[in-house]
Amino acid sequence: MITYALIFAIACYSAALIFNLYRVIKSPGVTDRVLALDTMAVNAIAMIVLFGIWEGTALFFEASVLYAMTGFVATVAFAKFILRGDIIE
Amino acid sequence: MSPALIAALPFLGAALPSILIRTGRNNAAAVSALITGLALLGLLLNLPTVLAGGVVETRIDWLPWLGLNVNFWIDGLGMLFATLILGIGLLIILYARYYLSNRDPVGQFYTYLLLFQGAMVGIVLSDNILLLLIFWELTSLSSFLLIGYWKHLPEGRQGARMALTVTGMGGLSMIAGMLILGHIAGSYDISEILKHKDAIQASPLYLPALLLILGGAFTKSAQFPFHFWLPHAMSAPTPVSAYLHSATMVKAGLFLMARMWPVLSGTPEWFYIVASVGLITMLLAALIAIFKHDMKALLAFSTVSHLGLITFMLGLGTEAGALAAVFHIINHATFKAALFMSAGIVDHEAGTRDLTRVSGLRKLMPITFAIATIAALSMAGIPLFNGFLSKEMMLEAAFHTSWLHNEWLVPALATLAALFSATYAFRFISHAFFGPVSTDLPKTPHDPKFGMWLSPAFLAVLVVAIGLFPMVIAGPYVQMATNAVVGGGYHMHELKIWHGVTPALFMSIIAVVGGLAFLAAHAPFQKIWDAMPRPEAKVMFDWVIARAQALSDWVTQGLHNGSMARYLMLFTVASVGAGLYAFSTGMIGAPTRELTPVNGAAIVAWILVLSATLCIVAFHHNRILALVMIGIVGLTVSISFIYLSAPDLALTQISVEVVTTVLMLLALNFLPKVTQIESSRFKISFDVALSVFAGAAVTGLIYALLTRDFAFPTMSGYMLDNSYNLAGGDNVVNVILVDFRGYDTYGEVTVLGIAALVIFALTEALLQGASSRKLIAWRPDVARGGDKHPLMLLVVTRVMMPIALVVGLYIFLRGHNQPGGGFIAGLVVAIALVTQYMASGFAWTQARQKVYYHVLIAAGVLVAGITGAGALFNDMPFLTSDFGYVKLPGLDKFELATAAGFDLGVFLGVVGSVMLALGGLSRLARRAAMGEQEGENGPHIAAEKPEARVLAPLAAGPYPPEAKVPRRWWKTARAAKEATQAEIAAIHENKKNHGGDH
Repeated sequence: MITYALIFAIACYSAALIFNLYRVIKSPGVTDRVLALDTMAVNAIAMIVLFGIWEGTALFFEASVLYAMTGFVATVAFAKFILRGDIIE
Repeated sequence: MSPALIAALPFLGAALPSILIRTGRNNAAAVSALITGLALLGLLLNLPTVLAGGVVETRIDWLPWLGLNVNFWIDGLGMLFATLILGIGLLIILYARYYLSNRDPVGQFYTYLLLFQGAMVGIVLSDNILLLLIFWELTSLSSFLLIGYWKHLPEGRQGARMALTVTGMGGLSMIAGMLILGHIAGSYDISEILKHKDAIQASPLYLPALLLILGGAFTKSAQFPFHFWLPHAMSAPTPVSAYLHSATMVKAGLFLMARMWPVLSGTPEWFYIVASVGLITMLLAALIAIFKHDMKALLAFSTVSHLGLITFMLGLGTEAGALAAVFHIINHATFKAALFMSAGIVDHEAGTRDLTRVSGLRKLMPITFAIATIAALSMAGIPLFNGFLSKEMMLEAAFHTSWLHNEWLVPALATLAALFSATYAFRFISHAFFGPVSTDLPKTPHDPKFGMWLSPAFLAVLVVAIGLFPMVIAGPYVQMATNAVVGGGYHMHELKIWHGVTPALFMSIIAVVGGLAFLAAHAPFQKIWDAMPRPEAKVMFDWVIARAQALSDWVTQGLHNGSMARYLMLFTVASVGAGLYAFSTGMIGAPTRELTPVNGAAIVAWILVLSATLCIVAFHHNRILALVMIGIVGLTVSISFIYLSAPDLALTQISVEVVTTVLMLLALNFLPKVTQIESSRFKISFDVALSVFAGAAVTGLIYALLTRDFAFPTMSGYMLDNSYNLAGGDNVVNVILVDFRGYDTYGEVTVLGIAALVIFALTEALLQGASSRKLIAWRPDVARGGDKHPLMLLVVTRVMMPIALVVGLYIFLRGHNQPGGGFIAGLVVAIALVTQYMASGFAWTQARQKVYYHVLIAAGVLVAGITGAGALFNDMPFLTSDFGYVKLPGLDKFELATAAGFDLGVFLGVVGSVMLALGGLSRLARRAAMGEQEGENGPHIAAEKPEARVLAPLAAGPYPPEAKVPRRWWKTARAAKEATQAEIAAIHENKKNHGGDH
């Protein structure tokens, strides 16, 4: 049963990633692109966790934790850059 | 004393004069003399052994598999030279104390002198030619420092450069020759090489080796046609000229020829090259010396001439020649050093050393006159002085030499050279010391202080003593050294003044009488000489150097013109070409592996990475968009690492991505957000075709590799099997990094630290001068909006900080057995710190940063190095790790590995490097922000109002006043604060003064 759930979830997140990609490539402004990239990071975290469940290992868990912890930094940096130009003031 | 210690003493003591100069010149001179005296004493303690025919040795293996051993020995020849070097060194130290003025950096002088002395002693005591080469190059370098000692004189600098270029080139040539010689003999130990005369002379490589070695010897000893550098090196202070250019360095070439005499001499090649060059040098330089007005230039050419004489004698390849060479080395060192010092005294006391200006000094400086006259008469070859004895030997040997079956050519030329030599020696005395007393000198000359004339006087006494009692004073030394030159079994006839009526006596009489006659007719000859066109060595040298520079400029500019696109193009064309060649000539087997099945998720990743890459190519003119796209690629690559079971790589990739983005954004701030299209249509099409081709080639290569088995078993099996057994770690990746390939990692951490320091230094340079004004005048190309330090961000980052640090610690600690390790942990902590900088601002964070990042880098490298060195105490190679298990009450059994210490070094190095690089870059923006602040306040840009640079940051920021001081974080905060206050005070002062303007 879990297999089907996993396949379904992975398919959903894959679709989400593709949509994100579309938003990055074609979007009204750079803010949308950055947000789409941030969402991609969230989806990537999900993919890593799902893959860990699929493989039955906890080995990849730290990767997702690290992603969750640091992924937002790039987004913050982009945001500061767009707003202020200088990210370390 | 052991020979190695004798050679090491001057180096060990070299720093002392520079330190002790703070307590006065006398102490600097005294400590130099003490060191030299100690080395001399140690040397002379070995004298009885060496005189008895023994050899004193020190043998230390350094890199035995390269044949490079620290082998020193003292044989007769080494003893003679080392005595000259240290003995005359002692006299020079005394002389220089009085010669150099208060304004000269005397401590520096003695340090250079000791360095040079150590290098010289090293040359003459080395029993390994590779070691000798090292000292040889050291003499070139240290003499460069000494010749250019008066840095304010352009001639000094040019002379030093010329000397370094010529002797350096000679040194290169000699290295090649020595390697050939060592190859033929099968050993690089001189004592071993000297036993292989027959093998060396029979070898087809004999002639090339000889030419290359002579290239080194001739340049060092200023033999024709390389003689031109020595006169130009005379712009050095006189003690340097007296030491380097009469007694020691220029004799290094002679020493080398004498050292290699047993194996290289005795062949026609040796005779015709060495003897002819020596004879030509002797004759030509003596002739030039006659017409030089500068006393030191005259002595310089005379030195070249006498070096030619010694080379000529060595070139004969006979025992008589070797004897004359050795004896003349001693005699020339004594009288020439005395002459140089006398010339220096004249220069020092009269303010000029131009022979056309000084005259009649006999009455004004009688002591100097006496010393100079004794030495010059010896140089002229007058009986009862030592120069006479060796010149006689030279003439005698020349008389018995035929050149291409011509019996009279060599004796005639030798006599002529002796005549010239007598002429300039007489001229030196008569023009400077006789005649009417000159009155228009810059200073009124008088004899110098006792300490200044003591050294030359001592040498003058030696000149007379050897001249009168050659056998008693110099006999044993000459016997000992000649015996060493000819390779043993030599018995010298008694040295004596009167040999009866011999051909040499007649030649000597012709030379002296002719010299006097020439001097009488000097004035008309001088006119002819001045009118004659002569090749000017310096012009030619400069021309060659300029051409060489132009050529290297042309080559460099052609290959390295600063266009990244061109480098990449050249690189791609070259590698694709090499690949095509390999593919067309090599063989490729049939595929042996099946492709793995593709699943949906992989296809998605494939689409993501491919689309993002294509978009980067398509949109790369929009830099921010390109950066976002790169983010997608990094993200997909991270997931792929997970998918392919490489969690360590994934962790690294994830954190590197963040740091890269921050770095790029910092740089992007100052870059145009959109790049213009500058390439022509043709160039674009060419580049597209090339990159598509290269990409296809790489893809093909990877495909071929993936569908075939490896031709050889891979290393991964070994790593997997031994990771736990040998290093106590389950995480093979980490074990490889900190243990199996620890040396690489150590190097990488060091390089990373260096790179960060370079970034810091570069940004530091950008914050100075013109570029700083440019930065201050810089205005952002996009409008600024929003909060500087949004509250939301502040709170989140403050909360995140401890969590992030704990995660970093966790990743660090588990690294040995689970995915993680020092590198990733370092990146995580660096990211946590960077968020603080981004959220709270540079100044706020910096004020709370207690440890400088420089220190972190240094600590990282040190900790890793010390951990590695710990293995040495267990008699294991550097960086061998050890591990064990510990049980503490209340805890489970856990492992302790020394690799963790090494990993800690990596961690510290990474944190320090990343932060230093990012911080360095962000300083540029801060400097620019100062200008912006000023721009908001008034119409002037800050560059025109220097106080703005100090005051602008004080006015900015929401923090209490004490935190407002712009902290120069590479200085201590306190010093920076004081400096700032002083700067502000100065500005206020300035304002008061210029108050009327407003």
